[in-house]
Amino acid sequence: MKNFLLNIIGDIVPIAEESIFRTSGKIYVVVGVIAIIFICIVIYLIKLDTKISKLDNSDK
Amino acid sequence: MARIPNKWYKIIAILLLAYTIIYGLLIPLPTDVGMLDETIRNLFYHVPMWFGMMIILLVAWICSIIYLQNMNYRYEIYARALTYSGILMGLCGLFTGMFWGYNTWGTPWTNDPKINGVAVGMTMYAGYWLIQKSVNDGEKKARLSSVYNIFIFPLFIALIFVMPKLAKFSIHPGSGESVNFKTYNKTNNMETVFYPAIIAWTLLFVWIAEIRGRIELYKQHKENEKLFA
Repeated sequence: MKNFLLNIIGDIVPIAEESIFRTSGKIYVVVGVIAIIFICIVIYLIKLDTKISKLDNSDK
Repeated sequence: MARIPNKWYKIIAILLLAYTIIYGLLIPLPTDVGMLDETIRNLFYHVPMWFGMMIILLVAWICSIIYLQNMNYRYEIYARALTYSGILMGLCGLFTGMFWGYNTWGTPWTNDPKINGVAVGMTMYAGYWLIQKSVNDGEKKARLSSVYNIFIFPLFIALIFVMPKLAKFSIHPGSGESVNFKTYNKTNNMETVFYPAIIAWTLLFVWIAEIRGRIELYKQHKENEKLFA
């Protein structure tokens, strides 16, 4: 069953070349964009955390 | 600047997440994965959602049990925050799975035992949310939702973990007679990102749960102040 499925998949879709993904170098642009979004989210989370910490500390 | 509590696990989360996101997109992976193609990278983003959800819901379940044992309101707050965070993670996993499925299997919803199990399980957790929203009395709400949580977690695990394993056919790996990731992964280089990814995403959602829980604790503190003022 396993081989059968793999054969079908292999026949329909040609095996991807590593180069398709990387030759243009454009993937690094996508990685950069995602990294920027990630940094923004992290900064926001840290600010949120400090805000709550301030609230906590002002009470005790 | 106020001190951030428990900051070590947060730093680890950020570092591991950066590693997962950047290296996970750039790492050369086996190219003989058929129609999955380069989308096999979703292994580092979609799959950890489910693993992390199970870890977080397990901890929430333990917190619910502790709450019913010693009636310390703190544990109810932990359980609630963690459960909400787990549901959020599950929804992320569901939507990313639908998107990935649409682009590989051609349809967002196949009649796969795992997907249907998750649909039922998410409905059960919607029931948890409903209890939280519909009961006004604080202690009654805490008890009801804890008991409900203790019931549904094992059912949920049975639905998404045990039932697909027993099923004859499933297109998800690791269940039934389906294709397994081990089939492709001969160099084992996927593991070098996959396990850190699970830890990273879990810690991120624990962080979110912690923020939520601290807001709840603060509210509780304020109410007590009003009560005894």
